[in-house]
Amino acid sequence: MINQFFAYILQGTSVTVAVTLVALPLGLILGLLFALIYNYGGFWVSRFAAVYSLVMRGVPPIALLFILYFLLSGQMVNLSPFWAGSISLGIISSAYQMEILRGALQAVGEGQMIAARAIGMTRLQAIRYIIIPQAIRLAIPPWSNEASIVLKDSSLVYAIGVPEILRRAQQLSATTQQPFLAFGAAALIYFVLVFLVNRGLDLLAEKTKLPASMA
Amino acid sequence: MTDSPYILQAKNLTKIYGENVIFKDISLDVKKGETIVIIGPSGTGKSTLLRCLNLLTPVNSGQIFLEGEEITAHGVDHDQVRQKIGMVFQNFLLFNHLTALGNVMIGLTKVKKMPTEKAKQKALHELERVGLADRAHHYPAQLSGGQQQRVAIARALAMDPLVMLFDEPTSALDPELIGEVLGVMEQLAHEHMTMLVVTHEMGFAREVADRIIFMEKGRIVEQGSPEELFEHPQHARTREFLGKISELYGKKEKK
Repeated sequence: MINQFFAYILQGTSVTVAVTLVALPLGLILGLLFALIYNYGGFWVSRFAAVYSLVMRGVPPIALLFILYFLLSGQMVNLSPFWAGSISLGIISSAYQMEILRGALQAVGEGQMIAARAIGMTRLQAIRYIIIPQAIRLAIPPWSNEASIVLKDSSLVYAIGVPEILRRAQQLSATTQQPFLAFGAAALIYFVLVFLVNRGLDLLAEKTKLPASMA
Repeated sequence: MTDSPYILQAKNLTKIYGENVIFKDISLDVKKGETIVIIGPSGTGKSTLLRCLNLLTPVNSGQIFLEGEEITAHGVDHDQVRQKIGMVFQNFLLFNHLTALGNVMIGLTKVKKMPTEKAKQKALHELERVGLADRAHHYPAQLSGGQQQRVAIARALAMDPLVMLFDEPTSALDPELIGEVLGVMEQLAHEHMTMLVVTHEMGFAREVADRIIFMEKGRIVEQGSPEELFEHPQHARTREFLGKISELYGKKEKK
């Protein structure tokens, strides 16, 4: 009985993972783009990025998800709930990832840019070869946190009918009258996923870490 | 145009930040192979002058010529110009995520588009020039300040610059590490690298400079050979400044 329980909810895991695998990289690409625009763009584009971040982070994700969902699967564009939900989550996450990357880019320091320009690099070359490789290293720990948030927030797409872990748990709870078991199983699966993601990123941070100062 | 006897020429440069005049009407001629040392009190625009010369900071007025070509003219590719002017900074500014070798190589591979293997050979050669071939695979954090600065010099040299600018290259170093950096610079001077050095190292100025420029409050007060400036300064301010500096650093240098 418990095995069947788990098996049914576990089937939702692939959906949860898939939603995360769409949302997280999309958020990273958009977030990096906005962070670069914010740090290196002209006045107006930089203001635009700031407002984007402010609005996206100032509204509950579930409200944004509904708004974006009805935009993405409405008259003009008509995406499936899976794609509409995943892309929406990616857009929401991009604002948080932008803040992480913006801070990391700034933490690299103006001197690195000046030194890069001094050997004849263009601004873009300096950003690409000097600033970003250092910023990414600084961003891994906070990004790991954001990755686990996106993984957990992927449960929100349940609200638009995507059959991921939480939705299946809810169905089970309703049919079996065992809410504790159903949601407990869901919680356990989420925990294991988040744990694996964080451990994986810890390892990545360890691997890419630069040698410490001799001091 | 390229038969100009000067590698680098500045004509009537003026730099103003807001209300502050950093320097005014500075003119400068640098001959090929010449080592010029710029001295003067802090905040007199020496460092800003260097940054203007390689176009890291725009001047408000005046012209700069590199090998007779005006680089302050409209439409000049600043990135191309900076490849030809090496710069060494007070705080080294090595790329922290790259090894010593990587620091020297990256300009060659990404800016000059040199094939990796060729770039590696050249980079190793430059590291050898500054005596750090054995530190090629160390990261900046694993190097002492003096070593970092020598890598920074190698990084600039790798681009085969026409002229090297040094912005207080030893000011951030522990006293016992200054010598190794000055040694490399001295060797470059002997190899007839054209150099413009902002420094407070009077020993270096006296021994190595072909010409010393004394700047104060954004103007060139006086210039001449080390002999002229140290032994027969024309201006009271030069005398006073050199006196103070020598008192601080140079007592043992007086014969």
